[in-house]
Amino acid sequence: MRDFSYLRATSTDAARRAAALPGAMLLAGGTTLIDLAKCGVAEPETLVDITHLKGLDRIAVDERGATIGALAKMGHVADHADIKSRFPAISETLWQAASAQIRNMATIGGNLMQRTRCPYFRDPSNFSACNKREPGSGCSAIGGVTRGHAVLGTSEACIAMYPGDLATALVAFDAVVHLGERKLLVDDFFLLPATTPDREHAIEPGEMITAIEIPGSAAARRSTYLKIRDRQSYEFAAASAAVGIEVEADGRTIRDLRVALGGVATRPWRARAVEDALRGKVLEPETVRAASLLAVEGAVDHGANHYKIELAPRVVARAILKLGETA
Amino acid sequence: MTVHNIRVGESKRGDASDGTLAESVGGRLSRVDGPAKITGAARYAVEQQLEGLAHAVLVESTIASGKVRAIDAATAEASPGVLRVLTPDTIISLRTASDWFGTPPPDKPYCPLARDITFCGQHVAAVVAETFEQAVAAAALVKVSYDETPSIVDLDDGKAGDGIPIDAMTKEWGDAPAAFAAAPVRICAAYNTPREYQAPMEPHGLIARWEGEHLTVWEPSQWLDGMARTYAEWFAVPFGNVRLVSPYIGGGFGSKALALSHGAVAARAAKMLGRPVKLVMTRPQTFTGYGGRAATRQTVTIGTDREGVIQSIVHRGVNETSVDGMWVEPLGSVTSIMYATPNFSSKQNVVRVNSVVPGAMRAPGENPSAFGIESAIDELAYEIGIDPLEIRLKNYAEQDPHTRKAWSTRQLREAFAAGAERFGWARRSPKPRSMRDGNQLIGWGVAAGTYPVRRAYGEAVVRILADGSVEVESSSIDMGQGTYTILAQTAAETVGVRADDVVVKLGDSRFARAGVAGGSRLAGVMTGAVSKAATSALDQLVGLAISDPRSPFHALQANTLVVANGRIGSPRGDGPDVSIAELLKSVGRDRIEATGDTMPANSTAEDRYKNYTTIAMALPHTEGDYSRYSWCAHFIEVRVDEDFGTVRVSRVVSALDSGRLYNPKLAESQWKGGIIMGIGQALLEEGIMDRRHGRIVNNNLADYLVPTNADIPDIEVISVGIPDPHSSALGGKGVGELGIVGVAPAIANAVFHATGKRVRDLPITLEKLI
Repeated sequence: MRDFSYLRATSTDAARRAAALPGAMLLAGGTTLIDLAKCGVAEPETLVDITHLKGLDRIAVDERGATIGALAKMGHVADHADIKSRFPAISETLWQAASAQIRNMATIGGNLMQRTRCPYFRDPSNFSACNKREPGSGCSAIGGVTRGHAVLGTSEACIAMYPGDLATALVAFDAVVHLGERKLLVDDFFLLPATTPDREHAIEPGEMITAIEIPGSAAARRSTYLKIRDRQSYEFAAASAAVGIEVEADGRTIRDLRVALGGVATRPWRARAVEDALRGKVLEPETVRAASLLAVEGAVDHGANHYKIELAPRVVARAILKLGETA
Repeated sequence: MTVHNIRVGESKRGDASDGTLAESVGGRLSRVDGPAKITGAARYAVEQQLEGLAHAVLVESTIASGKVRAIDAATAEASPGVLRVLTPDTIISLRTASDWFGTPPPDKPYCPLARDITFCGQHVAAVVAETFEQAVAAAALVKVSYDETPSIVDLDDGKAGDGIPIDAMTKEWGDAPAAFAAAPVRICAAYNTPREYQAPMEPHGLIARWEGEHLTVWEPSQWLDGMARTYAEWFAVPFGNVRLVSPYIGGGFGSKALALSHGAVAARAAKMLGRPVKLVMTRPQTFTGYGGRAATRQTVTIGTDREGVIQSIVHRGVNETSVDGMWVEPLGSVTSIMYATPNFSSKQNVVRVNSVVPGAMRAPGENPSAFGIESAIDELAYEIGIDPLEIRLKNYAEQDPHTRKAWSTRQLREAFAAGAERFGWARRSPKPRSMRDGNQLIGWGVAAGTYPVRRAYGEAVVRILADGSVEVESSSIDMGQGTYTILAQTAAETVGVRADDVVVKLGDSRFARAGVAGGSRLAGVMTGAVSKAATSALDQLVGLAISDPRSPFHALQANTLVVANGRIGSPRGDGPDVSIAELLKSVGRDRIEATGDTMPANSTAEDRYKNYTTIAMALPHTEGDYSRYSWCAHFIEVRVDEDFGTVRVSRVVSALDSGRLYNPKLAESQWKGGIIMGIGQALLEEGIMDRRHGRIVNNNLADYLVPTNADIPDIEVISVGIPDPHSSALGGKGVGELGIVGVAPAIANAVFHATGKRVRDLPITLEKLI
């Protein structure tokens, strides 16, 4: 039987030190880690339980922005009144994610560390080739069942889709992840697979997510998350868009626009080409639809996931136009 | 050991307004087992706590076709807590058991662990350890090497061929090809359904314990006596030596009627180790450890006159089966009876693929069959240019078109009328894409469904006990459909006591025998048997009261007495009025017991054994002068996002004819369950295969999508049935399977009405519509 040690961290520093040990993994809500351990993907030698650390679950919101502690539960953040009013897209990503039971357990820090649902990644006993699990072993997904795989940001080594919702909104609004003292943009935190799909996050051994900071903005205040999926609940996105908008005094001209895609890429995907094309333009359906096509520039499909290339721009356009209607 | 005891008093009544009526047959009594399930008091099969329990974990093949070259179990055997690693070489073989018809098996050994691999996910080894965790860890260390051979993964495989004709499925009358050629209006289309899975909440598993040559198996079961027979034959022990215990079942949907290879592994392991062994499938294993619904292909060809009156139907069907097993999903079952046609031809082939042998899943046959014919008739309506409801009425079958027999009852016209009225069908705009709400295209679809009334003989024991309570015993089961409840209602009404005073005991093969809980037959069979046994017990009670010299009624010289609310009195109300308990005390009896069965009087012991342990004695639904079916009509509204292709069901009105309902509340619940499963089938469910490996990759409940609450709108069901004396003793027909039949075509038809796109391959996922 695989034995592992279990440590309950008493301070953030102790947690970081313990997490630096080889084979150590942090345990927060456990909704991803225990799942991955059950399917034989995660094999930690040491589990560092951080759920008892004090003060890491705070949610603070003011004019400048929001700071959400790494141990805040998804459900709490989704329901937080100030998050709902100042960052509606953030709340919407969370309540449309997972199930009520999972949202009550899963933490915001853990949510950022969520891994792909690629069935090949998750089944080591049947599919030994997976560059994400075993660098250099190959990719079982390419040539296999790809309906849920990425069309953006893929490489020859990996086409696994990033499945999360929250981070899609975070990259749209230039959120920053706090790794203790070190801070970096969430957009820089998620890495492209390139030749090293095993490395998904710019986090070093001994580092730990302590908080997420989201700058306040007019676009964040007027934002939404549109998630299109096969079933209405408890399901990952077929394609999604986190969008925020700020218009000029005329109520029609776009001053600021934020667009990020979920469900289509190997990481949360900021669609700056769409933003650039529409900034300064008047909100008109035709203009928005045409610009939204830029969201999937460079997309590559693997057969069964081709629909995502069709779908994603439509989701983006709908989300922008929906926000426009509330002008 | 716990035997399930349920008193009606533990549960809430139906609507308070129902009063005592709720407790009679036909009353809306709430499920009497509900509180035990909701509070966790219900103990499921694998939750038994046994001394010395060992845990078994299966190892499965990772290839679809070939041979096991070698199994290296050394590391696993040396792992902590491991008691034994069973492989095809080390497990002691069993005897081959008969099939569910009771056909004598070939005299050869049966090894439940495979050397010859015919599908991916086949059991090749099992690890037995002191703890579950130790067994899981060691199972991962069993190294199996294979000599792989080419496989045929599915019906689309280039090597699959046309398959094997199943002549018994051929139905023909008139000259269908000639009539089709001469018909002025003709349509022909192909309809496909994918592999689907029962996905019960409770996974398959069991605990097996031997005491000498006696085997007790705690296992969720839709058929205790059938499974006991299989275990007995596997181990060459008398049938009476095997006891199956299954008081609660967490969903079966057809998948828990037979003893399966994992059961053989666990029971053999228990025998080899001399310890009770528990084996529970992992969720992924439930996708290959037994069969789901076979993938199907159908072509439906219909020729009509210019008004849409059908002249000819030609139907061809194919379903997949396994390399070494045979499953026929009868695809012409609805095609041949739904509409009147003078000329008809239906034929079916099966194709062997490298899969576990497919199995029964809610309305096997009728379900995919209805998807074909009920989609095709809809296509025909548009071709002719008449309303989809009108074309169904225009071709209404006034008698069974196949057997030419009268329907026992067919309230389908009434179902169409009632459903259309509640749904508001008359307000439908006929043209596709003509109804919308913003980005949402709205479509209204209709389809009919049917399921045969499967009948069998039944048996039950009814006891009237010293305290005046009544006890019912049967080895039949309740997997949520309400057996406990309706049998309490039946016994209460028949004997004349309150349902509170009835205890129903089910789920133990030591009780009175019972056939399979499948094919929607159990309620009709068991209410008949309980009613007969209870009548016999009542007759004994009244007989004692009248004739026993110690009875307070002895002097009355009455011909009969009335029993109601647990009290006995004379019909005219004169003379004594005593409780059942008082009467039994006065005549010095501590109980009255009656066994009732509905078998022919001259039945032999062998007949009885065959009746309850096989399906060979089931009574044909077209026996005698009548053709017996349940019927339904579904009216469904969908909203399709024109940009995204997402289909959401926004309204369902279904009118159903299940004959008399023994408990409308439970029947409605079962119908709705079937409709919900049909929504899943139409929009979500599909075993997705990696065709390079023949492996189902969405083998878990996160990736194999079944509907969530958010996917299901309010569903209105309307009962249009009337008592059908030809179908069952108390007038009911079938309930459990009926609701799902016709849902998928109603949705596909609604999607066409919404979008103008005809989707003939289930499920209707968004990429098929954008």
